[in-house]
Amino acid sequence: MPARKTPVHPYIPNSAPPAKETMLRAVGARNVDEFYADIPDSLRLKRRLNLPEPLLSEAELIRHVDGLLNRNRSTRETLSFLGAGCYQHQVPAVCDEINSRGEFLTAYAGDPYEDHGRFQALFEYESMMAELLNMDVVNVPNYDGFQAAATSLRMAARITGRTSVLLPANIGADKLSKVGEYLKPDIKIELIPFEAKSGLLDLTALKTRLDQQIAAVYFENPAYLGMIETRADQISAAARLAGALCVVGAEPLSLGVIRPPVEYGADIVCGDIQTLGVHMHYGGGHGGFIASNDDPRFVMEFPSRLFGVAPTSVEGEYGFGDVAYERTSFALREEGKEWVGTAAALWGITAGVFLALMGPQGMLEIGEGLMQRCRFAMQKIARIPGLKVTFADTPHFTEFVVDFSGTGQTAAAINKGLLERDIFGGKDLSGEFPTLGQSILFCVSEVHTQADLGRLAAALKEVVK
Amino acid sequence: MKPIAPKPMPRRFHQARWDEPVIFELSQPGQRGVLLPPVEAGIEEEVGNPARALPDSVRRREPPALPEMSQVHVLRHYARLSQENLGVDLNIDVGQGTCTMKYSPKVNDQLARTPKLTELHPLQDESTVQGILEVMYRMEGMLKEISGMDRVTLQPGAGSAAIYANVCMIRAYHASRGQEKQRDEVITTIFSHPSNGAAAKVAGYRVITLYPDADGYPDLEALKAAVSDRTAALLITNPEDTGIFNPRIEEFVRVVHAAGGLCAYDQANANGLLGITRAREAGFDACHFNLHKTFSTPHGCGGPAAGACGVTEALAPFLPVPTVEFNGRTYSLDYDRPQSIGKTRPFYGVAPNILRAYAWIMSLGADGLREAAEVAVLNNNYLLKKVLEIRGVSAPYAKGKRRIEQVRYSWEQLTRETGIHSEEIETRAADFGMHYWTSHHPYVVPEPMTLEPTESYSKADLDEYAAMLKQISDEAYTNPQIIKTAPHNSTVHRTQHEPFDNPDEWAVTWRAYLRKTGRKKG
Repeated sequence: MPARKTPVHPYIPNSAPPAKETMLRAVGARNVDEFYADIPDSLRLKRRLNLPEPLLSEAELIRHVDGLLNRNRSTRETLSFLGAGCYQHQVPAVCDEINSRGEFLTAYAGDPYEDHGRFQALFEYESMMAELLNMDVVNVPNYDGFQAAATSLRMAARITGRTSVLLPANIGADKLSKVGEYLKPDIKIELIPFEAKSGLLDLTALKTRLDQQIAAVYFENPAYLGMIETRADQISAAARLAGALCVVGAEPLSLGVIRPPVEYGADIVCGDIQTLGVHMHYGGGHGGFIASNDDPRFVMEFPSRLFGVAPTSVEGEYGFGDVAYERTSFALREEGKEWVGTAAALWGITAGVFLALMGPQGMLEIGEGLMQRCRFAMQKIARIPGLKVTFADTPHFTEFVVDFSGTGQTAAAINKGLLERDIFGGKDLSGEFPTLGQSILFCVSEVHTQADLGRLAAALKEVVK
Repeated sequence: MKPIAPKPMPRRFHQARWDEPVIFELSQPGQRGVLLPPVEAGIEEEVGNPARALPDSVRRREPPALPEMSQVHVLRHYARLSQENLGVDLNIDVGQGTCTMKYSPKVNDQLARTPKLTELHPLQDESTVQGILEVMYRMEGMLKEISGMDRVTLQPGAGSAAIYANVCMIRAYHASRGQEKQRDEVITTIFSHPSNGAAAKVAGYRVITLYPDADGYPDLEALKAAVSDRTAALLITNPEDTGIFNPRIEEFVRVVHAAGGLCAYDQANANGLLGITRAREAGFDACHFNLHKTFSTPHGCGGPAAGACGVTEALAPFLPVPTVEFNGRTYSLDYDRPQSIGKTRPFYGVAPNILRAYAWIMSLGADGLREAAEVAVLNNNYLLKKVLEIRGVSAPYAKGKRRIEQVRYSWEQLTRETGIHSEEIETRAADFGMHYWTSHHPYVVPEPMTLEPTESYSKADLDEYAAMLKQISDEAYTNPQIIKTAPHNSTVHRTQHEPFDNPDEWAVTWRAYLRKTGRKKG
């Protein structure tokens, strides 16, 4: 093996030769090889790892990484109408300030005595989500909205002792893939069709399919394709009649204007918190939530940690700790509920900051503003000859489907044309929903001005000409 | 002027105590924390206010009872809470064994904060995200080299998610050979992370857990008795959470392979092995890394993390979609993988942490990684020597042997002689500004403590941590009351735990607390 270049490294205090020698002497070892005596020769790597030469200084490292990342073009530079599970919203500066603080950023699994702060911050996150959802139990975030849906359905199966679940056919393909893999061993999934005109769940098909095997009916509000499920109360009533639970995937940012699902009959509500003050991070900004009423039958089925409040030995202090810890895999390994581990706590703290900044008025205003911009964009685009806004008569939240089949162009060609005009179009749905033709799912945001929406419409007009 | 006395060891710490109310108590009617861009008149004129036109079934009646606060008050509240928290930046974080609490370099955080990453949408045209795709492709290449495996996915969101992804790939592999029903058992060991058993159970497997032999090694005879044509896989950590490297690991893999099972290597404890030994040479079919452990990304109070699964060619067809590919000119996402297990999470992984981990490896290189591993192991063996000088503590198993990167200690003697338990030491440690953790359940090692000093700590750090443990041991023998009434210097005093397990009293949210205690809102 060639001689090693081992400069003193700033991340490794004891890489300094004097320190290393002192340490070796203290433990009575001649060299570090002694510590590896248990590793058989056959397992030893007899060469240096073949890795790029290191960039030891910050200046070199920054130059290298900038060189890579500067090849990206971000939504800060280019007008974007992408959504489909990851959303561009203005992230308040205070959200970034708090989640960049080293005390939160670099902490992990401390107990409530040295990490009182994270326990309180996450308890407050749970509590503010609970106000949004009008439910009493919300978990410390799990991985993401996909996992939240998958776990909610497993919870429903455990609670009811039943083995099938009904999902809407208007669910996104990626989420369905995750949920399907997660439920595969013992829970059967069936898809309930949606109405061609409204995009809403087909109630007749649902009622026909409901029977004593069904653990849960799951649907999303707003749906993956943007529609607001206006008959949510009828869906949950049908589920209840069959003894099934109603599980709703909700967009938390919509809950300033849309009714909390518990009020139309949901038993478990789940979703993603990326929209609550977390950047898109190329899809790396997700966190999941699960909520229920304060019923031990439900609480004891959560796999996640649940931070609760309790008195301390001193009057006037709030103490925090784990509620019903004995249900978790930390306590019981495979006998616990699914598993718990490192997930998305920092995004939970961030979402708490976001909700505190927004307050009731902010949540109302953003919901109203998003729906106004969405409807405005839908109407503008609907006026372009050859374009059809699908499900146009149904209320929408931020996303809507446009069918380009009438233009003779593919959805991919439309998006390419938009990109040439420096616009990121929407998600191409032609592979995911072939029955919708050459369709694109567009998404609006509060960062879009009227002029931005006008620019999209004008660009579309040019592209389809 | 008289000279000022030098600092004692351990230091006289006191945690921040802001006596901070719960955020709802800070609400002031009408205050705003942030304003939104107005909806232009032109939009309003054309569409009115569709939210108000929603049918009753889905229209919100009452606004959510969120706090109403000015911006500076939100900031100050959370800044205070952050001060009531310790992280690697503040404490000598060697007390969370198995979790590899190393320094997370600040420059990597800076790099991850560029809008060129934070403001990327995952569905952008590939031509506009070539930079991040190249980072992911290069990161896969480096982890392939570090593990010896043929392909690596960066999609799982954390370590347990990576374990689960590996189990799913193993299940798909057996299914592709018509053996899914027959192979319904997974074997793991008690000193492997609890998620190995738990994730396998979710994937539909019966879980067999092996206990250590008298020397603390995973029991080879027990493995031979457990394997059969029902064995789907062995999921094993090495070194296990005891810090003892299993020298017969190749034999373990051979035994499982001979029975037709696969082997997945939980590399949560890889930090002492970088550049020393790899999953490939030991014959594993799959492995996983925790980028937030071994590769330095910050732990974020419990995530976001990042996981990576490495697999051999035989398992590569089952990797989650998409993979990142390179044709010599451009990078692309490949969804055309018909045998894939599909998605393990939305999109492609925790990109900011993938970037941080990439930057960490780039700032160390091959020699730096090996240096990190060796110093982590040196630090651990130094701390082992210091800790064993303390009354009441022992390091069960492998007597007189060196350890890799961590040690599971036992305070059994101290408990027997003083009645003080490991959990009480944990609480008392907070009085010194240090984190301490017992271990995962069940406590196979009685009164456990698991210390992992990584490469990030100096001799003085380790001396201070040992001095803290020695002081607590001394207190146990001379003044146990001070431990039993701890914490004394923390943000709060001892919490009453009974309500957390009583459904009539537990309160996971403020509204539940108000309801159950009869306290009024506001």
